Amino acid sequence: MKKSLVVSLLLAGTLGAVATAHAVDSRTRFMAANCGYCHGTDGKSRGAIPSIAGLDKAYFVQQMKDFRSGARSGAASTVMHQHATGYTDEEFEKLGEWFSKIK
Amino acid sequence: MAFDRRDFLKASAGAAALGTLAGCAAQAPTVGKARPKVVVVGAGFGGATCARYMKMWDPNIEVTLIEANDMFVSCPFSNTVLAGMNKMEDITFSYDNLKKAVDNFVVDYVTGIDTAKRSVATRGGKTFAYDHLVLGGGIELLFDQVQGYDAEAQKVIKHAWKAGADQTGVLRAQLEAMPDGGVFAMSVPKAPYRCPPGPYERACMVATYLKKAKPRSKIIILDGNEDIASKKGLFLAAWKKHYGYGTDKSLIDYRPNNMPRSVDPKKMMVGTEFDDVKADVINVVPPMRAAKICGLAGVRRGLDGKEGPWCAIDYRSFESLHVKNVYVLGDSTLTNFPKSGSVANNTGKMCAAAIVEMVNGREPDQAPVVTNTCYSATSEGTAMHVATVFRYDPAGKSMVAQKGGGVSAEESELEFAYMESWAQNVWADTLGL
Ligand SMILES: Cc1cc2nc3c(=O)[nH]c(=O)nc-3n(C[C@H](O)[C@H](O)[C@H](O)COP(=O)(O)OP(=O)(O)OC[C@H]3O[C@@H](n4cnc5c(N)ncnc54)[C@H](O)[C@@H]3O)c2cc1C
Ligand code: HEC
Repeated sequence: MKKSLVVSLLLAGTLGAVATAHAVDSRTRFMAANCGYCHGTDGKSRGAIPSIAGLDKAYFVQQMKDFRSGARSGAASTVMHQHATGYTDEEFEKLGEWFSKIK
Repeated sequence: MAFDRRDFLKASAGAAALGTLAGCAAQAPTVGKARPKVVVVGAGFGGATCARYMKMWDPNIEVTLIEANDMFVSCPFSNTVLAGMNKMEDITFSYDNLKKAVDNFVVDYVTGIDTAKRSVATRGGKTFAYDHLVLGGGIELLFDQVQGYDAEAQKVIKHAWKAGADQTGVLRAQLEAMPDGGVFAMSVPKAPYRCPPGPYERACMVATYLKKAKPRSKIIILDGNEDIASKKGLFLAAWKKHYGYGTDKSLIDYRPNNMPRSVDPKKMMVGTEFDDVKADVINVVPPMRAAKICGLAGVRRGLDGKEGPWCAIDYRSFESLHVKNVYVLGDSTLTNFPKSGSVANNTGKMCAAAIVEMVNGREPDQAPVVTNTCYSATSEGTAMHVATVFRYDPAGKSMVAQKGGGVSAEESELEFAYMESWAQNVWADTLGL
């Protein structure tokens, strides 16, 4: 289970290395959690909004870029074009990595 | 206060950061030092989310969550209850899973906060010590700013701006009891207020019901603002399309610059500067400010430190700018975010993330990104939204709305389905359902 993995990484990574080691990318963790009010906790959605947990990273990043550029539009992007424009390419990569690891 | 790196390190080393130091040591539980104690007041969208995520991200933190009510009743979707599309039980949830997620869940009402001694007192006579105190109390309604809106009047006139059986439930019953041809008078508070599109959505939802059940009736909207304060184009389009707005058959009579100044529950009248309106059902939302607990903690202060309606915070942690170790979430804060459940949920996570970083001797994210989306129902099967991404600007110490945000192209059935899914997900994410 992801949560306990994160916790043990956190503990292992920071033991004896206060204020430096970042076993968990906590910035990405927060940014990803932020998507949860629509996509569900850990990207596991109930109802019509698609789940994004476990999406292939390359697919994820391409969708985010397509939302931003308008290549994915109309009924295929009711809202995501407005969210995707607020993030950088680097953040797309990190978010893609994050969600791809969630089982 | 501000969190530049120097201040942060200084604070960590100073006596004022006892909790922080304890946290550093306690990150290895085997060491057996004290665990950082966080008290969260209010298990609404902000407080519940904050408590839950703090435990997910650092189980070593001891989290006490104090909430006045024993059930969670959601304001989002409460307007659909007025429409008869949902029942109170559809927007009422148990705290059972949240109780399991935190160390100590207390159903009690907070009556005192001592920020010097770092303790919180409840009506039930309990006290709780904290290293960090998180206030997610929502809003306080200021009935005394509307003449005649006393305890007696409040039995007849409902605001339904805090959802519950005695508010939303009663207002629905009043609408059901209203005769065909009756008048429903509702108000919009002056901005900023909880849920900018909420009153206009309410007009849509009540109109949906009246259109079916009492088509000769009328809704009078008394707006304290000079114009529709949120998603104007989309609401006007919906009112025209579904409720005859702009024709002599309109179910909706919209009156800007008409802030209710007085109510008379015996004569069933609402007075504004310009109008005296007689109605069968009156729904006045009084002016509001940050929750009472924010006043108790001395954090209901603006950027300049002066007493004000909302609480100025540091966007990187949601710590009060004026009182150390006290954090404020959601509707109580002075921000440029809309006061929404989506934002409250996000501020809860931002604060949890920052506290987790600090008690582990690390610096919180210095460039946080946070988003808002407000869906509104416009009829029984259609909805639309407004969405914005905000990014922290260190120079201005502010949150800047990123380009590209905006509203739906038009209302749609697809967005109604997404709105329902949003609600399921935000409830589950907040309460651990
Ligand atoms: C009609 C309506 C429709 C809305 N629709 C939407 C929507 O569609 N989407 C959206 O995003 N937002 C919506 N909102 C806005 C949303 O409800 C608020 O923004 C959100 O509830 C704010 O969360 P909060 O945590 O700040 O406060 P709240 O959710 O109000 O939580 C505050 C909690 O603190 C507790 N509390 C207060 N004082 C004490 C005390 N002294 N001791 C113990 N506990 C205390 C309260 O009991 C409460 O549980 C709507 C609001 C309304 C009124
Ligand atoms: C307002 C609710 C909302 C928020 C917030 C939101 N999404 Fe979405 N997301 C949607 C909806 C709805 C769709 C379906 C496409 C559309 O209509 O925009 C979607 C689709 C997606 C897809 C495409 C999925 C697929 O299977 O093709 C990805 C990827 C995605 N979102 C990622 C994110 C990320 C990452 C975040 C946070 C940074 C986020 N979303 C925040 C509502 C949201």
